Amino acid sequence: MMAAAEPRPPPSPRIPVRLRLWPDRLGIVGPGLPSWAAARPILAGQSPYAGPAPLDPQPCLLPARERRRTTFTIRLALATAEQALTGMAPPDEDGPAETRLPPGGSEVPVVFACSGGDTEIIHRICTALVDPARPVSPGDFHNSVHNAPAGYWSIATRDCSPTVSLSAFDASFAAGLIETATQILAGAERVLLVAYDVPAPEPLWRCRPLAGAFAVAMLLGRADAPGEGITLTLELCRGATQTALVPPDLEALRIGNPAARALPLLEAVARRRAGTVILPHLPGRQLAVRLARTEPLP
Amino acid sequence: MALSFEAFTLVTCLGQGVAAHRAALADCRSGLRPCRLPEVELDTMVGAVDGLADAALPDRLARFECRNHRLAWLGLQSDGFARRVAELRAAVGAERIGVFIGSSTAGIDRTELAYRHRRHTDGALPDWFDYRHTHNAFSPAHFVAEALGLDGLAVVIATACSSSAKAFAAADRHLAAGLCDYALVGGVDSLCLTTLYGFNALELVASGPCRPWDRRRRGISLAEGAGFALVARRPPGDAEGPMILGYGESSDAFHMSAPHPAGAGAAAAMRKAIAMAGLTPADVDQVNLHGTGTTANDLAEDRAILDVLGDAVPCRSTKGATGHTLGAAGIVEVLLMSLGMTAGLLPGMPTTLEPDPVLGARIGRWPEPHVSRRALSNSFGFGGSNCALLLGTGAT
Repeated sequence: MMAAAEPRPPPSPRIPVRLRLWPDRLGIVGPGLPSWAAARPILAGQSPYAGPAPLDPQPCLLPARERRRTTFTIRLALATAEQALTGMAPPDEDGPAETRLPPGGSEVPVVFACSGGDTEIIHRICTALVDPARPVSPGDFHNSVHNAPAGYWSIATRDCSPTVSLSAFDASFAAGLIETATQILAGAERVLLVAYDVPAPEPLWRCRPLAGAFAVAMLLGRADAPGEGITLTLELCRGATQTALVPPDLEALRIGNPAARALPLLEAVARRRAGTVILPHLPGRQLAVRLARTEPLP
Repeated sequence: MALSFEAFTLVTCLGQGVAAHRAALADCRSGLRPCRLPEVELDTMVGAVDGLADAALPDRLARFECRNHRLAWLGLQSDGFARRVAELRAAVGAERIGVFIGSSTAGIDRTELAYRHRRHTDGALPDWFDYRHTHNAFSPAHFVAEALGLDGLAVVIATACSSSAKAFAAADRHLAAGLCDYALVGGVDSLCLTTLYGFNALELVASGPCRPWDRRRRGISLAEGAGFALVARRPPGDAEGPMILGYGESSDAFHMSAPHPAGAGAAAAMRKAIAMAGLTPADVDQVNLHGTGTTANDLAEDRAILDVLGDAVPCRSTKGATGHTLGAAGIVEVLLMSLGMTAGLLPGMPTTLEPDPVLGARIGRWPEPHVSRRALSNSFGFGGSNCALLLGTGAT
């Protein structure tokens, strides 16, 4: 069907993939890291890492009625995304949700990166399917889709901007960062990247043992956005050594949860350190992320 | 810039490969049949692919064993697709072909089976269960890359029924960024208890065949399918056959499993696709409806169509023929639309017997000769995820 000597398309341009990151538009929820505000001094080496503590992420933007229908995975992703979008730490008590959105509301496309989806619900559904009555809950089913957090996020923010939900297994954070970059290169002003993963309950846990729930979010923008910030330059590479974290507890978290592969990038931001971090991508490959302080125009 | 189809293929209940689907479209055939899957006691019709039991995976891919990958394997072997990929791999290098697969449930059938065989002593799943290579969301892309010896970017887009339509959008952006020279875009989803009983719990499954746009429509017919396309960026009109000239994505921001009743998000996605292609709504001469056959979807989509395009443009849903292939629907249906455009034929709607007088979009029961140059394909998923693809032939 195809002609033998068919002209090939022109080779793709090798353009530098550059984005803007803002140090106060990050979010994190993980063991002993309940918010970016709390995590920043820990990653900067100024406060000690106290180790895991119970997590109870509560997304303020989602009305209580909707929140009751959600799972831990959904709440984790949304609570983390909120921090990055609003630049605000989670409140001690619930504040009115509307005031927490940036002025003019939010119209920000979002990339959700998760290696395995909502394994708590998958376990419940697979357990129900063994019962001859097959009592699958309708709410569980529509919450089981990989893009459930994305659906709730758009409902919470009343934002019709497109979202994408993806997986690249352990490379999900890098894949999410790359997808975010391609959207910005294609013309998006700002894109929110949210990476999250939650350990499965048994009997699935031992098939996919994750070291605790973890989520990270960052608001990213065009490299030529006005104002101060950090410029990230991304490059795919091979044979490079992943950047590790020095504190053993944090390093264990990094290699124990796919979303926590972002930690070296967050550490570099917390330490205000220019240079390159090497993030793992697909097996044998890495994503090099060079950080440089953006020079504000005079 | 546009996306050309360097090669493509598909497998559904209508058959394996392009020729089988061309014939099925011309014959206005439905592949929906009463569900005979073991373990399923629902009164429902499905679009099941014949021959999956015989589509054994080669030994080197044994760890990927699941219904979804057998279906993918059948697809990759059709129409010389794998061979074409190998030719391009030799020409540009394995690391310059990116893999973008849409799937909603991947190989969950293996997990469902494993749960039926938990160890009595401690409830553990059996030793043969390989979560990473079957059920995990990324496994369809991993499988395709491994099967074809590709070593570049790979990612799975998992946004329910819009997955493989959105995979085209992701592929285009990655190509534009210079991260690969070709993109293998695909979609694959297979029949499983989760979706059969899950959609049933939501009361969205019809007992007879789905009847898009029919007055008596009662819900979807679940189906399985695989579609694959090798695409590259070229100037519009610079390739034989239809090309993707634009795409539009949006969110409903309304409800997890019901569409926005006015179809606002759907309309936004359609408008964006038309605008990206440098066109106006008046240029669109055909629509492939998402057309699942639920009361809510067809009503909302009809409103979106009337709002954006009016009641004159011919619209068709192919889900009466193939059923709803979920994550594969985006690519399967845009490929079916492409086949129709090349043949100068609008598909019929074999299960739509009595059009709903409340709906205004211009549908048709039978195949019709039709010259289409600018065609829109809709895919809308749970969580309010909308994607429209604009397919065009010839220069702009």
